[in-house]
Parts: sequence; C-alpha cells; structure tokens
Amino acid sequence: MPAVQETVERVRRIDVDQYRYGFETQIESDKAPKGLSEDTVRFISAKKNEPAWMLEWRLEAYRRWLTMTEPTWARVDYPKIDYQDIYYYAAPKPKKTLSSIDEIDPEILKTYEKLGIPLREVAILEGVEPPPGGPQTPNRKIAVDAVFDSVSVATTFQKELKAAGVIFMPISEAIREHPELVQKYLGTVVPTSDNYFATLNSAVFSDGSFVYVPPGVRCPMELSTYFRINERNTGQFERTLIIADKGSYVSYLEGCTAPQRDENQLHAAVVELVTLDDAEIKYSTVQNWYPGNSEGKGGIYNFVTKRGDCRGRNSKISWTQVETGSAITWKYPSCILRGDNSSGEFYSIAISNGFQQVDSGTKMIHLGKNTSSRIISKGIAAGKSQNTYRGLVSAHRKATGARNYTACDSLLIGDKCGAHTVPYVEAKNSSATFEHEATTSKISEDVLFYCIQRGLSQEEAVGLVVNGFVKDVLQQLPMEFAVEAQKLISISLEGSVG
Amino acid sequence: MRALRMMLRKNQMSLLEVKDLKVRVEEREILHGLSLTVNPGQVHAIMGPNGSGKSTLSHVIAGKPGYEVTGGQILFKGEDLLEMAPNERAAKGVFLAFQYPVEIPGVTTWNFLHAALNAQRKARGEDEISSPAFLKKVREVAKSLNIPQDMLKRGVNVGFSGGEKKRNEILQMALFEPAVCILDEMDSGLDIDALRIAADGVNALRSPERAMVVITHYQRLLNYIVPDVVHVMSKGRVVKSGGKELALELEESGYAQFEDAA
Repeated sequence: MPAVQETVERVRRIDVDQYRYGFETQIESDKAPKGLSEDTVRFISAKKNEPAWMLEWRLEAYRRWLTMTEPTWARVDYPKIDYQDIYYYAAPKPKKTLSSIDEIDPEILKTYEKLGIPLREVAILEGVEPPPGGPQTPNRKIAVDAVFDSVSVATTFQKELKAAGVIFMPISEAIREHPELVQKYLGTVVPTSDNYFATLNSAVFSDGSFVYVPPGVRCPMELSTYFRINERNTGQFERTLIIADKGSYVSYLEGCTAPQRDENQLHAAVVELVTLDDAEIKYSTVQNWYPGNSEGKGGIYNFVTKRGDCRGRNSKISWTQVETGSAITWKYPSCILRGDNSSGEFYSIAISNGFQQVDSGTKMIHLGKNTSSRIISKGIAAGKSQNTYRGLVSAHRKATGARNYTACDSLLIGDKCGAHTVPYVEAKNSSATFEHEATTSKISEDVLFYCIQRGLSQEEAVGLVVNGFVKDVLQQLPMEFAVEAQKLISISLEGSVG
Repeated sequence: MRALRMMLRKNQMSLLEVKDLKVRVEEREILHGLSLTVNPGQVHAIMGPNGSGKSTLSHVIAGKPGYEVTGGQILFKGEDLLEMAPNERAAKGVFLAFQYPVEIPGVTTWNFLHAALNAQRKARGEDEISSPAFLKKVREVAKSLNIPQDMLKRGVNVGFSGGEKKRNEILQMALFEPAVCILDEMDSGLDIDALRIAADGVNALRSPERAMVVITHYQRLLNYIVPDVVHVMSKGRVVKSGGKELALELEESGYAQFEDAA
C-alpha cells in the first residue's frame, strides 16, 4: 500500500500547527474598496468589462440581498460576519494581457509549484501507481483553469478542447465571448434569489469557470480548477457554470487550498450544473481550505451553494466531494431530477478535526418519472469538531417510480467530537421507494491494538482504518484525485488519537 | 524435573524470559510474580482455568494498553521488552495470534499485510518491499498453507468464518516470520476439522530458531500441536511445569487440584 505509506511519511513531516499550504505569495494586487454597496458591484462589473445586462443582473441580486437575512438553521456557530469589513474584489495586477503561460508572474507559478499542481503541460500524469484493483489510467489528461485569487490567470489545453468544440474558460471571459450561452443558463439552477449566500455571490462574484460541452461530445480530458485565496480579508466569490448539451459527457475536478490566516475569511461560491437529454456531468471536489489553528482560531467560512439540474431525459449528475478543510462548512451539493429517467449521485467524505464545524449533505429533488438517486455519505469527526449530515430526499406528486438509496456512516475518533445525522424524507406519491441506512461507529481500541501488534504505528493504524471506511467514496474519484484525497485525509486526522 | 531443567539449558540465551512478573488491571493484581523461560525451537503450552491470567500474560507480552506492570521484567533476546512500544516489539519478532481477530472493513487483507510488513521492515532498517514483490511473496506463503487466494482480496477478517480468521492469523505469522509466536486460545470457536487445519499451519511454522507459546483451556489442541513444555497456571502464577504428559494428566484430573497450590 504505497499511497498510505507515503501519506504517513508526509504526516510525520508536518508540524501540528503548521498548515502545509499556509504560505503567502508576494504580488501586487488590485483591490476594490472595503465594504459592500452598489458602487462595489459596479466596480467589479467595470473591472471585468462586463456588458450592461450583466451589471443589471448583479445589481438586482444586490438589492435582493439587502432584504434577506443570514440563515441560522445549520448546526454551526460563528461570530457575526461584518459584511462591510470585507474586500469584495482583488486581482493580481497583470502587466499586460496574458496570451501564454510563460507570461504569468513567476511568483504565482512558484506558488502552484509548492502546491504540486501541474500547471504547465506536464499534466499528463505518469507514474501514478494505481492501488490494487484500481482503475488503470495511463496518459490521463487534465486541463487546468488556474484561479489565483479572483482572476483566472492561465488556461491550458485550450487547443485540444477547441478541436472538440468544448468551451472551457473563465466565466468573466464567457460573459463577453458567449453571452448567449451565459444568459440562457446563468441563474437558472441557482436563482439570484435562492439563498442569502448565493444571492451575495450573484452580486459580487469575481470569476470562476465556464464549461460548455456541445451535443454528442465526450470531453477529451478531465477539466480542473484549483482555487486559492491569497489576499488578506478578501471574500472569495467564485461562480461556476457547466452545461452538458445533449448526449455529452464531462468530468470536472475542483480542488482548494488556502494560506494560513488569523482572520476569518468568507467564501461563498455558487456552482450550477445543467445536463440536457442523455448528458452526464461528474463533478469532483477536494476541499482543503485553512481549518483554523489548534485553538480554533482563524480558518475559512465556507458557505457554498452547489446544485445540478438534470434537465433532460436520461441525464445524470454525480457529485463527489472530499471535505477536509474550513472552520465552518455549509454545503449541500444537490440534484434536481427534472428529466424522466434522470439520476443523481452524491458521494461525500467530510472530515472534521480540531474545532471545525461541518454541516453538509445533499438534496435529491425527484420531479420526473422513474428518477433515481444515490447518497453515500461518510462523516469522520475527530478532536473537538462537530460533523453534521443534513440531507433531503423528496419525490414530487408526479415523480412516479422515484427511487433513492441513502447510506450515512459516521466514524468518531476520540470522545470530544460529535456526529449528527439529519435526514429529511418527503414522498408525495405512493410509488416512490426510499431506503435509508445510517451507522455510527468508533475506531475501537481493539482494532488499533490489532494493527499496532502487526507493526503499524498508531497514526498508520488510524490512517488505514479511516481509508477503509471511506473507500466506497474514494473509488468514485478520478485516480489522481483519489491519491491526493487519501493523503489529505491522513494529514487532516494527524494527531487525532492519543 | 531434571529432564525439564536439561531442556532449559542455562548456558544458552533464552528467547523469551519472564521474571517474577506482577501485573495489575484497575487496582486488581492479576499476575502475582509469574516466571517463564522459553528457548528457541521450543513449543510451550500454558494451560489453566478461566481467570487464571493466561490472556493477561499474552497481552502484556504484546504490549496491549490497560495493564500496569508493578514488578518483574520481560526479556526478549536479552532486551527489556517492556521498554519497547508494541509496534517495536512486533518489528523485533514478537507475534500475537489473537483469540478474536478484529474486522477492518474496506481494507483488503492484501493491503493490510503489505502495510504491516513494510512498517516492520522499516523499523528494522530494511528496504520496503514493492507491491509486485510482495504480491508474489504473499501468494507463495498462502499457497504453502493452502489458503485460497481470494481471502487476500477480501476485507481483513470481514465475513470470515472462525476457521478463516485463525488461518489469517497463521498466514500473518508465516509472512512476518517472528521469533516468538504467542497463540491465544487458538482453538476457541473452531470445529475439529478447522482445528486440524489451523494446527497443521502452526506445525509447518515450527523451526529450530522459533519458539511458540500456546495458550489453551483444553488438551485437545495439544494433540495436534505437541508441546515440549506444559505449564499450569492458576490464580496468576505458574503452579506446575512438566512435559507433554502433564497436559494429559490435567485432562483426566482437571484444574481443581491446583487451586490450593496457587
């Protein structure tokens, strides 16, 4: 099991209070004034050279936001956020318009290097040893749309994608270059009035990714975006829109790391997915925002709205997430199963340690006939953290033949943490079949001793047991991501026992 | 006793030496000064009624948390075993075959064994063994013990029968090549056929360099794994030691005769 060995090695090298990715890059930045007003919204829109319709859309969201109140139903507890004490826009100052990777600020490239992200066209990953029985993935390709702070600074593999007709670009560019597509789909899955954080995002989003896969096209590579917060006190408001047209397929990877900070950082992203007839989107996330220090100070507040709309018949949306970071996580990647025979999946690993608070889960809204959904959630709580699964499965009156299977498993490490499961189930027609299973377990002393008697250290033993616990979900991730996720899991749980 | 003393030739360094061991669990003394000397190549049987401290002895040798050693010492190849962490003891060659092996869902037996073997090798300053080399090795070992290959692909002990669990312990024993094997109630939960298969596995691993300590209630197991020395434990002490015939004697007369001796 080389991956686990390597993980353990890495865990050993890391100091408890030293967040691995907690370095700061020295680059000049271009900020909007602190605070939120119509002027801020106009500033952002102007910075992006946006057309009038986009500005109007933002302003409408902003006005709506003013009438809303912050939700308090989640099982998370944090000091009140002063929305006037936050910067809403920061961009690395470009010297000129960038046309190739070589023109990127070397400082930024160095940052990516430290993160081990293959930004240059070395993205054809080789020498990754698949686990026994795992998928063989030679010559897998990944296209990276690197988001540095709020502006996308580089996009690779454009040529090959272009040949396939796939549009993969920063959403700010898409607004200018493909306004018809953006206007047709933006806000149709997560409306500007959806919820407090999504509405805020609609008003001030800075950038994010846009993907359009034309009918019948199978995207020739995995698409990937790495996010990174790099500006002190900067709210991070990403906006992602992915459209899979009829009969198409795309797999999208998202990963995050953030530098160590003492102040809390607000993050409110919105992701919208649309699949038309017979199309499929697979969306995978490894989230590793700064979780706060060993006393629970600092850390990212992560309020995310992710939703997919299976708009067409036989379409499919699959969410896979590995959540290890953030001080506060408020996140429910959901599927609206509108098309007949459409299906939605949610595979999740949510790990909390230290003083982290996670309230995460999914919503499967069955609207079409014979729709199916599957939820596999693995929550791991360690330290003094609180880990809540909150999920909704509902079948509309007309959603005959709806089927859902839900399995929520929680693993507790130590006796100062908590795991909670809050499932909501609503069936409005009698032909729906919903199954729900839930378990809560602890890593027992006997299991640990067994492993240790065989020569493993305490940390190796915990890593092994946890990796076994989350295996069903890890298998859903693309190979490279699975390796990365496995490392993250062990790093996150470092020092959780003994 | 003379024969026994000859068997324990004093001029040769013993593999495992337990000297006047006193152990407490939550304020209650379980072992009251137990001594035991095991030499390479020997098989020792430890017999005794429930609560006599047999399993406590095996746990303390392996280093299970929750036991307080209040007196005496345990030497392994002359080194102080009690000073070593449990995984360090494993790397040095102390193996405990568990009475109730645990299940580890989602972790294949193959992966588990590989991780454990490499951890031991690393602790000894040896090179780690690569996946292909390990696969070859573990297949050979499994084959020599008549263990089906598909067991390696299943989760560690998950859904294993009692016999399969014990065979998995023996597989590990064969793979790690320990110097001392402690078999804790290996016969519990096994029918006679499974018992015979497990015992065959153990016998295959007997060697002049290796010692085994077989803990059991019943003489039955010792028909298959024939010991060189038999010890009777009662109330936290070894009350009698002898050759293999002692086990037969016990089978006839029971443990009651030793209750007073303790």
